[in-house]
Amino acid sequence: MDAIIDLLIHFAIPTVIVSALFIAILLFALPREVRTVFKREVKSYFNSPIAYVCVVIFLLISNGITFWFGGLLEGGEAALYIPYFQYLPWYFIVIAPAVGMRLWSEEQRLGTMELMLTMPIAPWHAIVGKYLAAAVVIFAMLVLSFPIVWVINYLGDPDNGVILAGFVATFLTALCFLAVTSAVSAFTRSQIVALLVSIGICLVLWLGGLQPVSAAVDSLKGGALVAWPFLKFITSIGILPHFSELAKGVLGLGDIVFFVTFIAFCLFSTAVVLRVKRA
Amino acid sequence: MIEVKNLCKHFGEKVAVDNISFTVQKGEVLGFLGPNGAGKSTTMRMVTGYLPPSDGSVTIGGADILDDEIAAKSKIGYLPENAPLYSDMTVEDFLRFSAEMRRVPAAEIEAAIDKAIETCFLQRVRHQSVDTLSKGFRHRTCLAQSIIHDPEVLILDEPTDGLDPNQKHEVRNLIKRMGETKAIIFSTHILEEVEASCTRAIIIDRGKIIADGTPDQLKARAEHAGAVVFRATGLAASGVRQELEKLAEVKSVTVLESGDNGILARVLPNKGRSAALPEAIFKLAVAKGLTVQELKVEEGRLDELFREITRRDTED
Repeated sequence: MDAIIDLLIHFAIPTVIVSALFIAILLFALPREVRTVFKREVKSYFNSPIAYVCVVIFLLISNGITFWFGGLLEGGEAALYIPYFQYLPWYFIVIAPAVGMRLWSEEQRLGTMELMLTMPIAPWHAIVGKYLAAAVVIFAMLVLSFPIVWVINYLGDPDNGVILAGFVATFLTALCFLAVTSAVSAFTRSQIVALLVSIGICLVLWLGGLQPVSAAVDSLKGGALVAWPFLKFITSIGILPHFSELAKGVLGLGDIVFFVTFIAFCLFSTAVVLRVKRA
Repeated sequence: MIEVKNLCKHFGEKVAVDNISFTVQKGEVLGFLGPNGAGKSTTMRMVTGYLPPSDGSVTIGGADILDDEIAAKSKIGYLPENAPLYSDMTVEDFLRFSAEMRRVPAAEIEAAIDKAIETCFLQRVRHQSVDTLSKGFRHRTCLAQSIIHDPEVLILDEPTDGLDPNQKHEVRNLIKRMGETKAIIFSTHILEEVEASCTRAIIIDRGKIIADGTPDQLKARAEHAGAVVFRATGLAASGVRQELEKLAEVKSVTVLESGDNGILARVLPNKGRSAALPEAIFKLAVAKGLTVQELKVEEGRLDELFREITRRDTED
């Protein structure tokens, strides 16, 4: 009984509050134009197989790996970071671009970008509306992952606050990848190109944050390597350190600022690319 | 309503639109003519605010398309080339989306959709998915989207492309009717369309305006404008020709058919189109005792003018 109450207080209720906040922002804080674009995009996602395919693949892989390879059951510890959350961003390196690849490339292929951008809206209305719609697909994936929370609560007595932090960190990381994909898809009318290039960039951004990689880059310092400042830059904007801090339940303002800045920068880049492409 | 001043567009080295200026008032329908690649679509894309101009300005109802983007764009209805549509929506959903985006008040949206569907003859496909539509229906759905907010300015890029003759006729009538209360620009390379629905036409070639006027004025510029086609019997062709060439009103005579006892000729006037030439020919025929079988003044044709002034190297 206590476990259920704990689950409610530390997990279910915060989740509902966060979701409600998200919806409230959409309905009241954003202009009507953003909502209109958002509504159309969400419908379009769930009218086509892409959202369902991505959700199902994600659930199969994330749960499968956790149970078979992550050692959830053998670990003997009622926590999810080691067996579950540390792997999640890796899947999103592929899945976020798969969800987001159509954002602007489809618009260019169909020629509807010409309609969209001659309507009486600011470009950022369309960019944010479309981005939020793709975010909903990612959000759905994470919400549908709730059985694992139930399992771990059934097996032991985990800290549900930390588990929620894990989901928030994962969501923010996936949103970063999605934002990268949004900018990349503005470059091309081909979804496949958008997908592959986005995966490449997300992978580099993720690997750049791995401790061995940044250590290796640091050890190159001072050499004749011309690319060193570039490599240093990649490692310094690596997403991983911010993710792992947050996922362990350490709510640092710096990490939140990093995620928000990163996403805002990518969405701004999307606007710049769209503008430059037309000029 | 539409004011275009010194509009230019360069794509790298290539000059797509070169210093174009024109204005369109409410109640005017302006036809954009020109060979493929002349810069028609590029001009329209700049007028609608899709492409930023390299130089020059566009003002829609007093609002600059760059500085006062949203005010200007909300006055425009636009049908892009090839009528792009979101293929995963039904016709009705697509129109509702367009109405919301174009700021039709929520209470009027359903009425606006009904009206646009009726105007563009889409009743039959109202609930059909866009990607199952035939080309004609796709085009008219996109046209419906452009008029759903009853805009003051309509920009239509090849509105009759891909329609069958009946549909073409309907769309032309629609444009003509809407032109009474709106400022309309539409592009086409079908010349009869200009005659059917334009109050004014502009011919563009290689990014420049090379002719601007009412369809009648443009036709009068055609080489054969005011020419008289004349068929008569009673005298050998060579004789008739000599007599015709003696007339003061005649510039030249082209014999189209000749015979021992008759002629069919096109007579070009000296001073453009006037009644003087047919009168002179008729008097001549009476004086020489010819039997006139045909005496017709040609109006001059737009396609003649079009070919004359846009003639270019074939490989171009």
